[in-house]
Amino acid sequence: MLQRLISSREALLLGAIAVLLALIATRFPGFIAPGNLAHVFNDTSPLILLAIGQMIVILTKCIDLSVAANLALTGMVVAMINVSFPGVPVAVILAVALALGTLMGMVNGLLVWKLQIPPIVVTLGTMTIFRGIIFLISDGKWVNSHEMSEGFKAFPRAELLGLPMLSWVALVAVAVFAVVMTRTRLGRAFYAVGGNPHAAVYTGLDVGRTQFWAFTISGALAGITGYLWVSRYAVAYVDIAGGFELDVVAACVIGGISIAGGVGTVGGALLGALFLGVIKNALPVVDISPFWQLAISGAAIIIAVAVNARAARVKGRIILKSAEQAA
Amino acid sequence: MSETTTRHIPDRLRSPLEARLKSWESLLLLVAVAIFIANSFASPYFLNAWNLSDATFNFTEKAMIAFAMALLIISGEIDLSVAAIIALASTAMGAAVQFGVGTPGLVLIGLTTGLACGAFNAVLVTRLGLPSIVVTIGTMSLFRGISYIVLGDQVYKGYPADFAFFGQGYVFWVISFELVLFALLAVIYGVVLHKTNFGRAVYAIGNNPTGALFSGIRVARVKFILFLLTGLMAGVAAVCLTSRLGSTRPSIAFGWELEVVTMVVLGGVNILGGSGSIPGVVIAAFVMGLVTFGLGLLNVPGIVMSIMIGLLLIGVIALPRLWEKWRRRVARA
Repeated sequence: MLQRLISSREALLLGAIAVLLALIATRFPGFIAPGNLAHVFNDTSPLILLAIGQMIVILTKCIDLSVAANLALTGMVVAMINVSFPGVPVAVILAVALALGTLMGMVNGLLVWKLQIPPIVVTLGTMTIFRGIIFLISDGKWVNSHEMSEGFKAFPRAELLGLPMLSWVALVAVAVFAVVMTRTRLGRAFYAVGGNPHAAVYTGLDVGRTQFWAFTISGALAGITGYLWVSRYAVAYVDIAGGFELDVVAACVIGGISIAGGVGTVGGALLGALFLGVIKNALPVVDISPFWQLAISGAAIIIAVAVNARAARVKGRIILKSAEQAA
Repeated sequence: MSETTTRHIPDRLRSPLEARLKSWESLLLLVAVAIFIANSFASPYFLNAWNLSDATFNFTEKAMIAFAMALLIISGEIDLSVAAIIALASTAMGAAVQFGVGTPGLVLIGLTTGLACGAFNAVLVTRLGLPSIVVTIGTMSLFRGISYIVLGDQVYKGYPADFAFFGQGYVFWVISFELVLFALLAVIYGVVLHKTNFGRAVYAIGNNPTGALFSGIRVARVKFILFLLTGLMAGVAAVCLTSRLGSTRPSIAFGWELEVVTMVVLGGVNILGGSGSIPGVVIAAFVMGLVTFGLGLLNVPGIVMSIMIGLLLIGVIALPRLWEKWRRRVARA
């Protein structure tokens, strides 16, 4: 029954995106041309990558507000490596970004696991610390396009079968995590730990350790996205992706991932991100000032969480709620 | 595991918890004194009445919100939209200035906007039963987003001359209006939390909402009032800050929610609800103000100070737990 509920939520969201696209198309048919839709997907890819990581963290009843700062710090480090050693191949850069992002995710995870500090406190703290470190290592300076090597900037743009690598990375992540979440022991552990932590303990799962892995995955995805972001926009500075963590949480909430933990799918995160991506790309087309975007994502979060709560209440998830209070 | 249990059922362990809280506040006071002494050695400009008076502006506005936030966090909720409420309230006042509204009207508009935003959060959390953390992340974008829609990249200026009193005026010698208001609010919130039925209800709700409901406490109503108060305090802070800056941009008070929460947690309030005190928050306000001001005198850039705040936030929670772990290991050995 839960399965049906979730799938219907995703169908609902898919319908909402289709209606949105149809509305835009009535005035600007060019927007739904396949080429433009591919562009919208490519533009939304960083959000999709981070939303997948955030979804896993939220599944375990945690939240990761440090993802955007992690992205920015990793991006700055790889950009500075590229400036100092232009010969370093992209594969190494990607490995460094992955390792660094993973490391930052592990720091969050360890603080949550070993010291049982509430995740919101940990990640609010590491968010400012990571941003501060960017300032310390870069001295507040920008790394600009002309300082980066061509190979460094070319990777996310390189096309394979008509799609840029950035889109491919997002597609691969969606596919990999769709399998991980539904077909592996760790994936099911994320659901178990968030759905009912007490029962999870009795089935032999270590709640803290599972949360640690969730933060690690979220950090790893943020790290990779850090390189992709910096090379795509060809600039790195302290404030890149500032406030992006809110978009990421918004994408998850819109995608039907319950903040109470245990409910959500990779497909939901993907559709939630795409919903925001379509709105963001449509605003300039329908001639609305980009200043509207913040208020629209805010309103979308509130409406989505209200709809989610309503749907969850009808289905009698109250048992889980009381379990949450006892936790 | 035993640690998680004590965190969730502290009412059984009242006396050791209270003792620990007391020692927490004295420890914090010690830290404040140490920072004060260190600062006076580090910079020759520190021990100057006017400089110290200036230093209080670093925390008075944030502390006003922190008092209400402390109550809210003790009751088990949180409001991350406070900085965005400041932005919206300030924008509303700025817009009113363009229509020639005078100072009393501006103050009224600022406070009403704060109250309205607080009420909006309150309805979503208490009436619809939504988790406050997501709701206020949403309203944080919404409120500041409305500011951006209204202002874009513009600035509101031209506040009346007597409006400047709230943020720049002095009541007596170096004692600013903001400092007096801060002290007054500290006393009011201290009395409300520690000496009234309402305050006891706040603790009861934070420790066990279901138990509080069954003891006849109107849980939803208390939480509603707490969200209103937090919104109102954000409105008060908006009046002070706007008056001090003399202009409104949509990015005003950006990131303050973090500093307010840090102040509350540093003051010994349990982020999971159920315990904490106003005196702790007051000392924490001074600690943060002194750190910021001292580093400022030493020409440390603002972003480095934010690293310090981040470290403080994690450190104040992590250190006692590390200490506890270490002590238990020693006791076992």
